[in-house]
Amino acid sequence: MTETGRIGALEIAGLTIGIGGRILVHDLSVTVPAGGIVTLMGPSGSGKSTILAHICGTLDRQFSVSGTVRLAGRDLAGLRPEQRKVGILFQEALLFPHLTVGENLAFGLPPAIAGAERRRRVEAALADAELDGLENRDPATLSGGQKARAALMRTLLAEPHALLLDEPFSRLDAALRDKIRLFVFDHARKAGLPTLLVTHDFADAKAAGGPVVDMEDAGQASQQS
Amino acid sequence: MKLLPAAPWLTLAVFLVPVLAGLAGALLPAFGYLPALGGMEASLDPWRHLLDYPGFAKSVWVSLWTGVTATLLSFALAIGFAAAWRGSRVFTALQRLVSPLLSVPHAAVALGMLFLLAPSGWAVRLASPWATGVTRPPDWATAPDPLGLVFVLALVVKETPFLFLMTIAALNQVREREIVTTARTLGYGPATAWLKCVLPLVYPQLRLPVFAVLAYSLSVIDVALVLAPATNPPLGVLILRWFNDPDLAYQFVAAAGAMAQLAVVVAGIAVWRGLEIAVAGFGRRWSAAGDRGAVDGPVAAVSLAGVGLLWILGAAGLLGMALWSVARQWRFPDALPSDWSLMNWMRRSEALTDLGGVTVTVALVSAGIALVLAVACLEHEKRDGFKPTARALWLLYIPLLVPQVAFLFGAQVLLVAAGIDGGWLALIWAHLLFVLPYVFLSLSDPFRAMDERYRTTALCLGLRPSAVFWRVTVPMLLKPLLVAFAVGFAVSVSQYLPTVFASGGRLETLTTEAVSLAGGGDRRLIGMLVFAQSVLPFLAFLLAAALPAWLFRNRQGMRGIS
Repeated sequence: MTETGRIGALEIAGLTIGIGGRILVHDLSVTVPAGGIVTLMGPSGSGKSTILAHICGTLDRQFSVSGTVRLAGRDLAGLRPEQRKVGILFQEALLFPHLTVGENLAFGLPPAIAGAERRRRVEAALADAELDGLENRDPATLSGGQKARAALMRTLLAEPHALLLDEPFSRLDAALRDKIRLFVFDHARKAGLPTLLVTHDFADAKAAGGPVVDMEDAGQASQQS
Repeated sequence: MKLLPAAPWLTLAVFLVPVLAGLAGALLPAFGYLPALGGMEASLDPWRHLLDYPGFAKSVWVSLWTGVTATLLSFALAIGFAAAWRGSRVFTALQRLVSPLLSVPHAAVALGMLFLLAPSGWAVRLASPWATGVTRPPDWATAPDPLGLVFVLALVVKETPFLFLMTIAALNQVREREIVTTARTLGYGPATAWLKCVLPLVYPQLRLPVFAVLAYSLSVIDVALVLAPATNPPLGVLILRWFNDPDLAYQFVAAAGAMAQLAVVVAGIAVWRGLEIAVAGFGRRWSAAGDRGAVDGPVAAVSLAGVGLLWILGAAGLLGMALWSVARQWRFPDALPSDWSLMNWMRRSEALTDLGGVTVTVALVSAGIALVLAVACLEHEKRDGFKPTARALWLLYIPLLVPQVAFLFGAQVLLVAAGIDGGWLALIWAHLLFVLPYVFLSLSDPFRAMDERYRTTALCLGLRPSAVFWRVTVPMLLKPLLVAFAVGFAVSVSQYLPTVFASGGRLETLTTEAVSLAGGGDRRLIGMLVFAQSVLPFLAFLLAAALPAWLFRNRQGMRGIS
């Protein structure tokens, strides 16, 4: 990553999110250091995805939010999603169906990288994700594992300063899951990104190896180690 | 209930057979064959006359550039606005504001803009004399203008809301929110994200509506009669002149012209298809090049200004006509009438009642028949599991893609041969051709979306299919059924050319009368006609919304069903 120098911790402090008088997240404080992975564990409906949407800046206006989210010391409040440099991977790869695999990766690259360098970067990312030669393929023809790797590459090519993972392994079958998990965690660490994983699968948390925050006791949710 | 399986075939017969027969009925005279007028053998004379007609080539050119430009502008504004403002309060507000414009007839919008922008129109009055310095109507050629710009503008005012609402409908079919979120977390501005990632996915569903707008704009006659320059008008106006020429030899030229009009539409669609391919290629390179949001600001500003301006023009035009209808005295350059009165309405009440009576009767009957046919087709589809393909949708669109004048000319020949021209039967049938596709399009989505398990539950409770239909389907879908009926009603009220052709001038509606008076100066009468033809569809939609809301006022579960 070219801007590794500016990457810093993702700090969530006193985050409370509610809707219509119902509290989804109460006073959550978590710090994810650069290059570290923190897991938010909890059953569905415990507000995990709501937290990620808030960090991305895509949370609906009808939610009421208090508390702060900082990335490398910068308060994210008031920034539009595209200004936050926060990459996210969802359950599904969400590759754009109208573009080729290569064009999907190029979509992530900043526009300043042009011409031959642009092509070289895309090819390198494809090789890194074991997708050599699939540049002109329709993304719909890829296997589940290939889609997941392509989606990660697209996210990393955009040079994010933090990575959010919204149960990205839950749709993969068990044999593949371990491999993709390692692939994603490995790349996140190598890029030195603070990575926040939300999941309901304890195996994910175990593989991540970092601290685990249990959302079930969201009332006093705080960081354990 | 034995009739039900015949419904799709009957429906197709009602509007496909006449279109094809009508096209044949214009094609043969275009090559000299029309026995009723002594044309017994094939010849190219009609085409020679057509090509020699002074101004023919110019008219073809005018049709092409105005039609393609109007469609491009409408599409760009609708798409740009959706891209930049989707999800905002501005979007919801404008959606509410532009929807009523959809039900106002084209002719009413055109007349409103004529008397808004004409040298003695409301716009000049509002700006005079303090800004313009004039105290009597200036001799500016503002509307109609020699270039046809106001004509294009009127088409854009009417077609942008249509394409805008079609875009919103198409968006329900794609995972817009997730797609935009993904692109925005990659650093893309909202409008850029929408244009790069959502538009390519919704465009295939917008193609048919866009083609319908294009075909309409390339061949429109009523708006052109009101707003296009009289010298070098669009081709459709020339064809109508030939058709009405007392010299019957011009019938052959009119037939050849109708075929030329068809060719103009085919050429226009080919041009559009070429643009599609070019833009798609450019869009791919643009997507892969990674630009994050340079266009966001301009798209947001231009689309908001454009859509806002269109709405103001359309609404001010209609409001101006409403004012004229109750103006007793409105001297130039007063901004408002100096004396108001309902006398105009009372003095003309008899004529207005007659015109309104014909208009409402044709609209009620044609919308009623269309609703029965559409429901029968959809119910048959449910019971038999008969699934129409995407191609079947193209069949529905045929009356909207083939220029009206191209097959109405031939259909008229057939009506004369059958001895039913000029009567109610012919008039209702001609309206049905255009009412049916819109009723079907409006109803099919909510009908197909109804949860199948309600029907199954009722069947398993021992109800016969017909009882299930009347006791479950109709009440649950009451609102979409009434809305579809209102759509059909509005489409019928707005028809100009089908009325002219099928009634042979013997039955006049509010729309045909208003257009034929456009050249004269009776603004009060035109104001009343425009007001009446705008209010009727509005009332239909109002009833369609109010009746189910009142009937089901204590049923919360019925509110989501639209």
